[in-house]
Amino acid sequence: MTTAEVALAPPAAKATDSLSPRDRRLGKLMLAPALSYIILLVALPFLLALFLSLTNSSAGSLDFSFVGLQNFKSVATSAVFLRALRNTFIFTFVSQLLVIFLGNILARALLKEFRGKFLVRFLILMPWAAPISLATLGWLWIFDSTFSVINWMLKVTGWLGPGQWYYWLGDTTLGMVAIITVHVWRLLPFSTVILLAGLSSIPAEVHEAADIDGAGPLAKAFQITLPMMMPILTVAVLFGAVFTFTDMNVVYLLTRGGPYNSTHVLASLAYQEGVLGGDVGRGAAVAIFLVPLLVVMAVMMLRVSRRAEVT
Amino acid sequence: MRRGTVQRALAVVGHRVLILGFTAFAVFPFYWMLITSFKQNSDLYVGASNTAHNPFIFNQPPTLEHLRILFGSTLFPSWLFNTLWVGALVVAITLVLAVPAAYSLARLTGRWGEHFSIGIFLTYLVPSTLLFIPFSRLVAMLGLQNQLWALVLIYPTFTVPFCTWLLMGFFKTLPKEVEDSAMVDGCSRLGAIVRVVLPLAVPGLLTIVIFALTLTIQEFVYSLTFISSVERMTVSVGVPVALVRGDVYYWGSLMAACLITSVPLAVLYNFFLDRFIAGFTVGAIK
Repeated sequence: MTTAEVALAPPAAKATDSLSPRDRRLGKLMLAPALSYIILLVALPFLLALFLSLTNSSAGSLDFSFVGLQNFKSVATSAVFLRALRNTFIFTFVSQLLVIFLGNILARALLKEFRGKFLVRFLILMPWAAPISLATLGWLWIFDSTFSVINWMLKVTGWLGPGQWYYWLGDTTLGMVAIITVHVWRLLPFSTVILLAGLSSIPAEVHEAADIDGAGPLAKAFQITLPMMMPILTVAVLFGAVFTFTDMNVVYLLTRGGPYNSTHVLASLAYQEGVLGGDVGRGAAVAIFLVPLLVVMAVMMLRVSRRAEVT
Repeated sequence: MRRGTVQRALAVVGHRVLILGFTAFAVFPFYWMLITSFKQNSDLYVGASNTAHNPFIFNQPPTLEHLRILFGSTLFPSWLFNTLWVGALVVAITLVLAVPAAYSLARLTGRWGEHFSIGIFLTYLVPSTLLFIPFSRLVAMLGLQNQLWALVLIYPTFTVPFCTWLLMGFFKTLPKEVEDSAMVDGCSRLGAIVRVVLPLAVPGLLTIVIFALTLTIQEFVYSLTFISSVERMTVSVGVPVALVRGDVYYWGSLMAACLITSVPLAVLYNFFLDRFIAGFTVGAIK
């Protein structure tokens, strides 16, 4: 949807019929402050990010000159950036796959009534409610190089023999496993509650009718539940993917992108280049690489919402 | 008959095990924070290679020492205060901007209002990790570096869209006749909003107060970027960045700080969960 389309769209017959010109003026007046704030502090900064990525701005001064696509060229050829780009997709894809798989199982389990359900819901929701930086700190302690409780359990069960040890955050593969674990842990509650809301919105009569028609459990799962759950499933996946894709907390606090910049993601690399390194133009260029996928997500989100409006 | 009973019993057991497993996964880090907060250092720093020492339980009597350090000799209380100060101002700004906008989008705008509301919904896809670089420039130009005012200015960029969307949905559920009858009785539209609609919308308003506050407490990236003085930090940044002295982690106090901040938020989320879901589901659920 473009702004031109918005401006050209004829006033909706039904909704605006009863609105007097005075009401309409009041409506614009009431919307204006929020809209101006969003334009000034979301839309313009977004454009400023694009602009900065074309300059050699640095953190120390407000002077700059245009360098064209220089930042993008130097970024796109750096091994650290390519690694970060790959990591961003791996983290997003693997954690979302796990979250949706586990989320579906958990949501179905929570659909049943059982004793202590309120407490279970409270406990399962905790990872999502806790501030992400503090929750990640908890994991930092769990993955500690000397005191890791996971290693203790692996030692006790004999998985790790004498002399064997896992340095969770000092090893690229284990570091990636750790980062994905934290993402799954944090997003599972979010997807579960959304899927649960979707499952409980399927009317019981639909299942009863299917039973009468002699549908088996498999047919019911694929021909009723799945199609009816599709919009809500999309919403859960899209938001989950956006949260993982744009997150820098987990990587920044767990591994700082290490060892040897092998676990960076786009967001943490943008922070390292643009803020810690002071190369604002380069940092902006790295962050801009988040945009294409966000646009795809936004378009998909719009399609879901439009389909939901039609039905 | 017998077989049916066995099968049902198995299903119940399976269900229990499943629920228990997921709950353990979700809660474990918090249990770990809890037990770490109250363990004596000599019980805490044993090393995981010592299989004889069970880290899941108190091997020595629990202690309040870490809490005493956290509240007595760290800046944690100031960080809590800073966070709530920013939170209160952000909540106020959010209410001032989001309430009229949400009402306008729900009642006073036609089709273009629908487009706008979807646009507002999409702005919460714009992540802080994309905007912190231009914001750092903006903050520098305004001379707000290292000041909490920078956060007060910027945090509404994520609270306003989310809260406007939530509240718009809430206003739409109120029957139109409420204002209409007040207006027939001689109220202006504005008078009807203030006297009739807002009192009915108190649950909705409470929800956005809670979410503006919790989103503020959870925020990390902007706070990390703009605040450099330790005494001005918010909880979400002060604890991971400044509670670490040199290379030494004070895990007992650190975990206590994490737990103390997280539990109240979890309680709030549970009370407002249904409204929160409504904020994300766009209308994918009818």
